[in-house]
Amino acid sequence: MAAINAEIRRSAYYDSVVLMQLQRALVELPGVQDAGVVMGTTANKEILAQSGLLTDAANAAKADDLIIVVSAEDESIAGAAIAQVDELLKRRHTQAANQTYRPKSIDAAARMMPQANWMLVSVPGQYAAGVAKQGLSLGKHIFLYSDNVSLEDEIDLKRIAADKGLLVMGPDCGTALVSGVGLGFANRVRQGPIGVVAASGTGLQQVTSRIHQLGSGITLGLGTGGRDLSEAVGAQTALQGLDILSRDIETRVIVLISKPPAERVARRLLRAARATGKPVVVDFIGYQAPQAEDGTIHFAHTLDDAAELAVSLSRNAPPIAAETPALPFAAGQRYLRGLFSGGTLAYEALLLLQDYLPAVYSNTPLEPAYRLQNALVSQEHTIIDLGEDEFTVGRLHPMMDNDLRIRRLQQEAADPQVAIILLDVVLGYGAHPDPASELGPAIAAARATAQAAGRTLEVVAVVVGTDEDPQNLSAQMEQLQQAGAHVALGNESGVRYVGERLRNLNGIVSGKPVSLDTVQPPLAAINVGLESFAESLHAQEAQVVHVEWRPSAGGNERLASILARMRER
Amino acid sequence: MDIDRANTETVERMMEARPVLVGLGKAIDVVPGMRHNLLLHAGPPITWDRASGPMRGALIGALLFEGKAQNAAEAEALVKSGAIDLEPCHDHQAVGPMAGVTSPSMEMYILENKTHGNFSYSNLNEGYGKVLRYGAYDASVLKRLHWLNDVMAPVLRHAIEAGGGIDIKALLAEALHMGDEGHNRNKAGSILYLKALAPHVAKAAPNADVAAAILKDIGDNALSVLNPVMAACKAMADAGRNIEGSTIVTAMARNGTDIGIRVSGLGDQWFTAPCPQPRGLYFPGFTAEDGSPDIGDSTITETAGIGGFAMAAAPAIVTFVSGTPQDAIDTTLEMYEITFTEHKYFTIPALGFRGTPTGLDIRKVVETGIEPRVNTGIAHKDAGVGQIGAGLVRPPMALFEKALVAYAEKYGF
Repeated sequence: MAAINAEIRRSAYYDSVVLMQLQRALVELPGVQDAGVVMGTTANKEILAQSGLLTDAANAAKADDLIIVVSAEDESIAGAAIAQVDELLKRRHTQAANQTYRPKSIDAAARMMPQANWMLVSVPGQYAAGVAKQGLSLGKHIFLYSDNVSLEDEIDLKRIAADKGLLVMGPDCGTALVSGVGLGFANRVRQGPIGVVAASGTGLQQVTSRIHQLGSGITLGLGTGGRDLSEAVGAQTALQGLDILSRDIETRVIVLISKPPAERVARRLLRAARATGKPVVVDFIGYQAPQAEDGTIHFAHTLDDAAELAVSLSRNAPPIAAETPALPFAAGQRYLRGLFSGGTLAYEALLLLQDYLPAVYSNTPLEPAYRLQNALVSQEHTIIDLGEDEFTVGRLHPMMDNDLRIRRLQQEAADPQVAIILLDVVLGYGAHPDPASELGPAIAAARATAQAAGRTLEVVAVVVGTDEDPQNLSAQMEQLQQAGAHVALGNESGVRYVGERLRNLNGIVSGKPVSLDTVQPPLAAINVGLESFAESLHAQEAQVVHVEWRPSAGGNERLASILARMRER
Repeated sequence: MDIDRANTETVERMMEARPVLVGLGKAIDVVPGMRHNLLLHAGPPITWDRASGPMRGALIGALLFEGKAQNAAEAEALVKSGAIDLEPCHDHQAVGPMAGVTSPSMEMYILENKTHGNFSYSNLNEGYGKVLRYGAYDASVLKRLHWLNDVMAPVLRHAIEAGGGIDIKALLAEALHMGDEGHNRNKAGSILYLKALAPHVAKAAPNADVAAAILKDIGDNALSVLNPVMAACKAMADAGRNIEGSTIVTAMARNGTDIGIRVSGLGDQWFTAPCPQPRGLYFPGFTAEDGSPDIGDSTITETAGIGGFAMAAAPAIVTFVSGTPQDAIDTTLEMYEITFTEHKYFTIPALGFRGTPTGLDIRKVVETGIEPRVNTGIAHKDAGVGQIGAGLVRPPMALFEKALVAYAEKYGF
């Protein structure tokens, strides 16, 4: 038989919301038909009356009394329900959860963790470039796990990143080790003296694990994504990686891993590898290197081989000097201008400089892309063959007549971006009877011009001749040296001398260098996409904020495109 | 066009507005555009045939109160005949809680924005129980309305004028530090209001009995300050209206059938969708099935950067939705994701005195898929029953999507 039980608690104030929740909990008990838990105000009593819950006892309650009324199938159920009130009230206090807020937008995440220097992106490919771009605009390095990102987007992202001094590792980058923390799929590898740049995820895992097994460790393991070494992308991330490792003083040996890249890209990478000034183990997986060693470059045949070679080199490598020796040039001086009278000398210079510089313009370039628009005006690094027809129409060959070269020398000396001028001086029968008597004063004047403008201009002269030539080799050399030129007797040695200095002057990558601070511990990251990446960062005690990301406008393309246009305008 | 700059101007104006309660007056005398055959109501425009139960009940009650009808049937016939016009409060610089029905002879709070000079208005709060704003219109309801209008209002007017006005913005800022969020919880604000009024009521009342009755009424009603607060929020939101290119919401209101928003850069156009049903807790004897779709202009509080947006300030009421104090914090943190700025003057102690999320931005709502979070009372779906619970509601995404499309069309995106 239905029963209504009521309990009155004197002077027991509870917030009405607490009471409403309690009431809901009571109604949910089996066999309970209705319940009221209210303070005994007149208005509340009217409400109870409307529901037929206002017993005499409840009606007698005062405004600061707590009324608990339960109507149930029978007396015992009603009584049992009321007996549970304290239990229900107590349960509420223990539920206080300890979770923290999970942001829904990247902006909110960035505000929550302003110190985050990385963003991990593993959203579906169609959205990945947009998310990564947002991360770049917030100044974050990007670990781009997502695949199905278009080549155009990859090039665009990497260009934006380079301008900002940021890294885009990926797309389709599965693993990296940064600041002692593994991103994506990564092994737990100890810190050590070896830095790795890898266009292959499992390659990076294999090599770093092996290095760990051999008792050594890793400074940084930087992924690039498999397409980075394509001709179109031009190894942008790999080059940035080599640049970082070259400047990181903890890194004593560098390992570079990829499938065999395009020929031109390979050459660029090897040039950059040389420019690091550190031993570099290169494993272009399956690549048949012409020799095992090439200066500081050591070719490995397998991943195991690469790890072992790196560990052994790291044990024997001399400590790295903290700073490379300072060059005398002023800020902004970085380009070479080569003014050759000998065509073959110019050609060999262009070939040799490939080891040092990404591009040299010329009126006789190695590749059409680097042909000077106007042979009378130099661009960036330039080698001119002044013996070409365009310069010799109506005048003597520059081996006989120094006039054109001297004027060009003055022109180049006035360019504030020029650091080094390279000349050849060819002696012998038929040549000018005393070229140094004209070139010497011109060199001195050019250097003086630069000096007056607060710059240091270096002039390097390659002299071709013998002590039996009519001009007298040693007398010519002496005059040139007195004018302030660095004189070389072989074309290769002169060009390589120039190349070394330019390499130091121009760095490994164009664009803004990545700040080393941003790849040092502690790692703080924003994770957008796979939650497991956030969990593994958390497990490694890195700071991470996971974004509960959804596509813009829930994937509604029309609205998303409106929003995109509003952002851009 | 620089959208962010337009939005900055909108929110600056909203935040710099300083609404002061300066007096009271009859709607017909003070509310712009008020007419003898006009009833104002909450939310976007509505007609009788589409009106919800509580809205119909309140319209009937108002006509009875005005003496234009002798019973419900007469009142209904009068409205249906077309002799009575229905217009949104929002079109007359006014706001009203729940049904928000305001008739010509009702006494209105007058708020003046001292910074920008605009005025706003709201009716008087009737308290809990059976009240007109929930669609009740029996004799007790009308009797109370007459007491408010004839006894309390004249005294309040004198008291407010004698005190030189009450700065509601300052009151709100203080109440947020005392556990109010300014929408569902106005306990602290109402006590501050009582404190400000009391000495002047004591002097202005014709005798001690009337003074005591008025002070008791205000003191017993934990929502007594809600109406001035809503009008203050209206004055602040209106200060941000009609800024060319701005994507900030300047009005958000429900009439029990439709919910609507207005956007600063889109003038007075309403964007509407069906009202959702609130989620929450119910008084004894009632369930979700008894509830009316959401109703009232009180979402002007969230529009101005308080209410549900300032939930972190009011942990005591988070249990409306299951919650823990962390839920209150999370609610406010989530609202930061869809608002343009943080309030300069309304701050939240539990968040290190961070400003409340201010300036609901349609771009961010659509972008993130986060619907705003609004606190609300729950009305019975039938006229005259009254409030049956309280909870929260999320204005639907469709509102913001429609507004975004209209914005794109107007501004050529």
